[in-house]
Amino acid sequence: MTNMAEDLKATHLRDAAPLPPGAGSAEDRRRTDRKRSPREAKKRTANVIIYGVLVVLVVALMVPFIWMLSSSLKENNQVLTVPIQWIPQEFVWSNYTDIWTRIPMMGYLQNSLYLAVIITCLQVLTGSLAAYGFSKVRFPGRDVLFLAYIGTIAVPWQAYMVPQYIMMQNLGLTNSFNALILLQAFGAFGVFLMRQYYMTIPDELCEAARIDGLSEYGIWARVILPLSKPALASLALLTFVNTWNDYMGPFIYLTSNRLWTVQLGLRSFVGQFDAEYAMIMTGSVISVIPILIIFLIGQRYFIQGIATSGMKG
Amino acid sequence: MTTETITQAPAPVQSRGNRKQARRNTLIGWTFILPNFLGFLAFTLIPVVAAFALSFMEWTSFSAPKWVGLANFERMFASDSFWIALRNTVVYALGHVPLTMALALILAMLLNRKLKGIGFFRVAIFFPYITSLVAVAVVWNMLFSPDSGPINQFLGAIGIANPPGWTSSSDWAMPAVIITSVWRDMGYYMVLYLAGLQAIPTELYEAAEVDGASAWQRFWNVTIPSLRPTTFFVVVMLTVSSFKVFDLIVVMTNGGPGRSTTVLSQLIYQEGIGEGKFGYSSAISLVLFIIVLSVTVLQFKIQQRRER
Repeated sequence: MTNMAEDLKATHLRDAAPLPPGAGSAEDRRRTDRKRSPREAKKRTANVIIYGVLVVLVVALMVPFIWMLSSSLKENNQVLTVPIQWIPQEFVWSNYTDIWTRIPMMGYLQNSLYLAVIITCLQVLTGSLAAYGFSKVRFPGRDVLFLAYIGTIAVPWQAYMVPQYIMMQNLGLTNSFNALILLQAFGAFGVFLMRQYYMTIPDELCEAARIDGLSEYGIWARVILPLSKPALASLALLTFVNTWNDYMGPFIYLTSNRLWTVQLGLRSFVGQFDAEYAMIMTGSVISVIPILIIFLIGQRYFIQGIATSGMKG
Repeated sequence: MTTETITQAPAPVQSRGNRKQARRNTLIGWTFILPNFLGFLAFTLIPVVAAFALSFMEWTSFSAPKWVGLANFERMFASDSFWIALRNTVVYALGHVPLTMALALILAMLLNRKLKGIGFFRVAIFFPYITSLVAVAVVWNMLFSPDSGPINQFLGAIGIANPPGWTSSSDWAMPAVIITSVWRDMGYYMVLYLAGLQAIPTELYEAAEVDGASAWQRFWNVTIPSLRPTTFFVVVMLTVSSFKVFDLIVVMTNGGPGRSTTVLSQLIYQEGIGEGKFGYSSAISLVLFIIVLSVTVLQFKIQQRRER
């Protein structure tokens, strides 16, 4: 999969190459305002059509979000009306203040944040350390061990969730954050993603650092880590979002309300008050906002991470 | 690579120093791997192995483990719920895989061009994939509501007199789940296809154009063959994730109405964690794993034959 990342880079370079003449320099455009060549006019129309198609498409695909946002600002009895009201008659902003007292939303958010931060830090730290061992240090048995890592990525998690559960039960860790942290912080995925990236860093760099007298740990901390910032960002963002959005883990392990994450809290709210449509949508919007912010900041790394690893957590 | 050539090249002369170096390397390597490996061993590797062993044992939360050979499998193959769950999982996969793949490819083709603001469109289409699943399920459940939900209002407006009952009907609940999951996943696979499309050399298209190939011929004879490795990867990933489908169904329909959307993963959860039948549920897990593995191997074989 590293090839894919390289290919991506290569295409960016190609994109940056000078465009063929007549494809739209400022001067060209000024000239065509008066005397437009038929070929360029055709290209322009094509572009307008494509923009049109894209806008319609994206709006259609975004309808669930638009509807969610609009419903979150309505009264309950105005959510499912005939015909659909896309814009609320009056904006019920109070939904966004009432929800904090209706359900312990703040507690849920804190729990989600706590889990996501701890798991992300552990995964990034242990993942990048192990990836260094797997890619830059040579020792017998290394590749067999790595094969075991890859092998478990192919086993569906559902196939071993029961033994995991028995184990956690015996350790007395069910109904605690620790169970989820232990289960999710040492994933093979992080090791795999980081190793893929480290393989693209030339060994000569490490060799030069060795000659300069750096220990292996020094090389990891002072040469490799600074070079792998994009991969670290990808892994951190993907892990954070996966943990934040995880439903099954908390569903299996967290039984008491005070430990619930946003996902569990929202689900239980829906189960208890299924007619409070507007408030349910308000909760949904609130659960999505942190992800939206993180995504907008780091979208580049998400896309790169996926193109590099082609895998989800 | 360089490490090896430098430290191991003069092997015959200083074999003792070499062995020392090798031992040192092993030690260093393990210290790097250990923090992750301990967690991985305890919470992934051992459970995976245990799942295999457990499927041949009778073990519930009330009894001690006992070796029973194939008894769990016999019981499973005689059970109604297993076949229903298997059928539902296959139906889900048959809907989810081709639809997601086709739409992801179409979107990628549409978005693979140099236009101002194209990045915005890509990001917008990708976003559903990382939106929290509960929010997605909840919104779509409401969009699908049979009487006054927006989807059925739309269907009514375009002249469909008796729109389906979606999640409240046992015939239409699965299509509703499939539509939701296609909507959620296609942005992710679009990113994979975009990477594949951008790796196709433009010279291929130019040559085809010179030879007078139409747009359709170029798509069929240049794009599709060049995308074969990506498509292989996408199909494997999609199939595996379809057979693992779990949380979307739990939140959207919880397997209902009746058992019309119960899938294998859910059965494993119900039998294993819900009712404490550890051995029996592990037998179902093994079947799930074997299906996923054989699909992957089969597609790998097909891919290899095509390349030859």
